[in-house]
Amino acid sequence: MPDNALLTVEHVSKRFKVGRRVLHAVEDVSFDLPPGTTLGLVGESGSGKSTLGRIVLRLIEADAGRVLFQGQDLGKLSQEAMRKQRRYMQVIFQDPLASLNPHMTVGRAIEDALIVQQIGTKQERQEMVDEALRKVGLSPAVRDAFPFELSGGQQQRVGIARALSVGPRLIVCDEPISSLDVSIQVQIVKLLKDLQQDMGLSYIFISHNLGVVRHLSDTVLVLYLGRVVEHAPARELFRNPRHPYTRLLFDSILRIPKSSATRRKFVAIPGEMPSPLAPPPGCPFHPRCPIAVDKCKTEPPPLVEVSADHVAACHLAG
Amino acid sequence: MAAKTLAAPPAGLVRKTKRPRFGWWSRYRRNKLAVFGLGWVVLFFIIGVIGPWIAPHNYAYTNFLAANQPPSWQYPFGTDSVGHDMLSEILWSVQNALEIALGATFISFLVGAALGLWAGLKGGIADQIVMRLVDFMYAFPTYFLDLILVTTFGRGLAPIMFAIGITGWAGYARLIRGLTLRLREGEMVEAARALGSTQRHIMIAYLWPNVRNSMLVALAFGIPGDLTVMAGLSVVGMGLRPPLPSFGNMIAQAGTNVLGFPWLLYFPAGIFAITLLSFLFVAEGLQEALDPKGGR
Repeated sequence: MPDNALLTVEHVSKRFKVGRRVLHAVEDVSFDLPPGTTLGLVGESGSGKSTLGRIVLRLIEADAGRVLFQGQDLGKLSQEAMRKQRRYMQVIFQDPLASLNPHMTVGRAIEDALIVQQIGTKQERQEMVDEALRKVGLSPAVRDAFPFELSGGQQQRVGIARALSVGPRLIVCDEPISSLDVSIQVQIVKLLKDLQQDMGLSYIFISHNLGVVRHLSDTVLVLYLGRVVEHAPARELFRNPRHPYTRLLFDSILRIPKSSATRRKFVAIPGEMPSPLAPPPGCPFHPRCPIAVDKCKTEPPPLVEVSADHVAACHLAG
Repeated sequence: MAAKTLAAPPAGLVRKTKRPRFGWWSRYRRNKLAVFGLGWVVLFFIIGVIGPWIAPHNYAYTNFLAANQPPSWQYPFGTDSVGHDMLSEILWSVQNALEIALGATFISFLVGAALGLWAGLKGGIADQIVMRLVDFMYAFPTYFLDLILVTTFGRGLAPIMFAIGITGWAGYARLIRGLTLRLREGEMVEAARALGSTQRHIMIAYLWPNVRNSMLVALAFGIPGDLTVMAGLSVVGMGLRPPLPSFGNMIAQAGTNVLGFPWLLYFPAGIFAITLLSFLFVAEGLQEALDPKGGR
């Protein structure tokens, strides 16, 4: 583990019991997140992205592995110590309206975060609320509005302001733009980027919008059925994807062709993602993989370093 | 600072003044029927407490010399065939009506809340059991269940209250289960946890405000419902045993003689109808006024 990491995730696994069967949501995932950087988490629905984000925040307890945040093993903290630690690790949700209490005004919602963390006097908190609203580009006048009275973009800004108000170092962004209009998405992405520069925040950015992930991330982790299939610096990964799944994922992005010569056929990933209740043996991707060989059906591929800082879990990637 | 403040939000979206603390009352007040209903309900409650003291006669006092009197200054609502003063009987009835309706609603609510919470929090098999029971209660005519219980346990205040209460919980159970399920797994609670809220704080600041209003409205609708059931029992002769005064008895008896002595029907039935409507107006008014999205 590098000494300077803000967050270190080591061999984390999470299984859910569904009736008598076991759902492998996250399997043996490890990564580091240095301060001031962004890790992009990509994968299809059901790949375990959100579960991993919640494990990092200890909103869900991991079954195995550990999460170190600012050098502390979160799993070993008492309830009370964990509660205090939450000040430094915040979350932004996909649906801002659902994450806000309909009975609290915007100002009250943000102030509640400060009250819970016992920050400031009543007077100071009022100023901090205004400050947080200003930081996310909202007028302090919205403090007396109820969440439903705001637009989707404004609601998400309130969600961000609430997360910012307590002074976090890490923010887990769980699909923060998926429920917004495209024009608003751009604004929110820009806001997140500006805030990162101003405040030195670290993000875990969960999204299936690969364009945005590429724009925001320093490193990218590709998940498939809860397993890491590829992990590399963003530039490297997008330029030189090594795992067939990552390649197919990138090929499935719709692009506007510059000319008819560059027009490609749209390629979707063949088949469906297998049920995480019954992951296939060997490499979990082999049933859909265009280049799978016999070895892939029996032997799970280890994560191997294919170039500097670039790891992929594929027998054929080396 | 890179993030620029956006253009000021459109006027009307943001109010200059602070939100009034009793916003719900200013919204409630606009519904005139609800205000009238509230006035009547308050009056009804007051009579429920002091009715027996202000009644000019004893409701059980029979006076055959003054039987079947039309309304007069001495007997403003007239008298019935055995000389009971109708005004006094009505004043006494209010107390019984309130005791049974409130008690039954409370019992229903307790049973419904307990089962609903259990189903919503436990899920799985508990949820299955409770919801099948709820289906059964909805499918089965509870009125007959009430009749069976009352014939078994007698026609006093307590048995009737118990019978109506124990058969009326299905709606509450379903409501509370739904609220619990929706809130328990919702992002709002997760967000509150992520902020570092204690369980206690989540209950008080996040869960309670979101269930309080629905429960209040359900209770406000429950009371007139139980009043109706209570009167319905009297109509088939299974309500409060006379001489205990009740609206149902008065109405049922007057109905047999409505052509000769119509005032025996008009006064109790009229007052009972206005009371039921008032409770419903209050419930509806509350429903509108307590919803924060109900305008400003």
